[in-house]
Amino acid sequence: MALAEDESSLKTAAEKSWHGIVLQTLKRNEVSLVPYVPDRVLTPLIKNLHADPFFTTFPAAREEEAVGIVSGAWMGGVRGAALMQTSGFATLANVLASLAIPYQIPVIMFVSERGTLGEFNYGQALVCRTMRPVLDSLAMEHHTATRLDEFEFIVDRSIKQAVATQAPVALILSPLLTGGKVFDK
Amino acid sequence: MNTASKTPARNTKVMNRFDLTSRLVARLKNEEAVVGGIGNTNFDLWAAGHRPQNFYMLGSMGLAFPIALGVALAQPKRRVFALEGDGSLLMQLGSLSTIATLAPKNLTMVVMDNGIYQITGAQPTPAAAASDLVAIAVASGLPNSAWAADEDDFERLIDQSLASEGPTLIGVRIDDKPGTGATRRDPVQIRERFMLGLGVRQPL
Repeated sequence: MALAEDESSLKTAAEKSWHGIVLQTLKRNEVSLVPYVPDRVLTPLIKNLHADPFFTTFPAAREEEAVGIVSGAWMGGVRGAALMQTSGFATLANVLASLAIPYQIPVIMFVSERGTLGEFNYGQALVCRTMRPVLDSLAMEHHTATRLDEFEFIVDRSIKQAVATQAPVALILSPLLTGGKVFDK
Repeated sequence: MNTASKTPARNTKVMNRFDLTSRLVARLKNEEAVVGGIGNTNFDLWAAGHRPQNFYMLGSMGLAFPIALGVALAQPKRRVFALEGDGSLLMQLGSLSTIATLAPKNLTMVVMDNGIYQITGAQPTPAAAASDLVAIAVASGLPNSAWAADEDDFERLIDQSLASEGPTLIGVRIDDKPGTGATRRDPVQIRERFMLGLGVRQPL
């Protein structure tokens, strides 16, 4: 059927993008609640999450709030992930250290990486440098995804590990993967 | 329902956190979830009698409402209560807008307002002399928000929230007393028991 073919080729194209991989891998792992604080790079992912009835996705006012919501949902039996930008991650040290880690809650975070590989805002470049030291100081699992061919492996295995070990994880989306944000006036 | 303008904070009775928390807990008959915010708010929830459906926050100040929202979204058939201090709520006023937009009908929020950071030495909050938290909630899109005039009114508002078509916020003015007990600071057990209480986990 022509319609079915169109749908399947569209689906294939979307699946091959980084955001298609995120969406499909979240779905396959039954991660359905996705609060976010938006980022330009995340726009196609956010749009497609909204379009897919499997997901409950909505903006939160702060990244910390999104982590709280995902934590509550996990305890209520629903898996969630929070989407944010580097500068948003920088607001999370307290909630990670006092909620997600000590209570053993597998908060899954996707962080669109600003501040490197062509950053045009000095403040973004500076705040980016705090991200990995914070993650390392809390001994948190984190990966920086740079390549499409290994991205699904990283996302799928990281979600499964977070759930199995009841530990939060940060997946950092490098501009090498997403294209990042470039200065355009 | 009452609005902030009809029952301004200054005309409400100054009540007691432990007494109000005990009154709330006494009315719970259907394994309702209760999320207690940082400090005295969850100490008094603990002191009111531990229940498997209670969650006690030992940090992450300001996240009682967001955590309760997550529980409410995950379990739409269960009534979820969130108890939060005024200073804590000031840290996450944006969460009121998120809750207003998602509008879970099974969420009842209680703001324990003494105007001070009691636990750190009773310093006044920046809102104490100037802001009306219930009016902020109404303006955030939560029309079912009201100050409780006294204990009976608090119980009435709690009962009313059970049949509400949207989320409810109840402001209560409280005295400057510290919490009555002290929660056992064992976050893993708190979380695991909460999940058992919500039927998400089975005992080992």
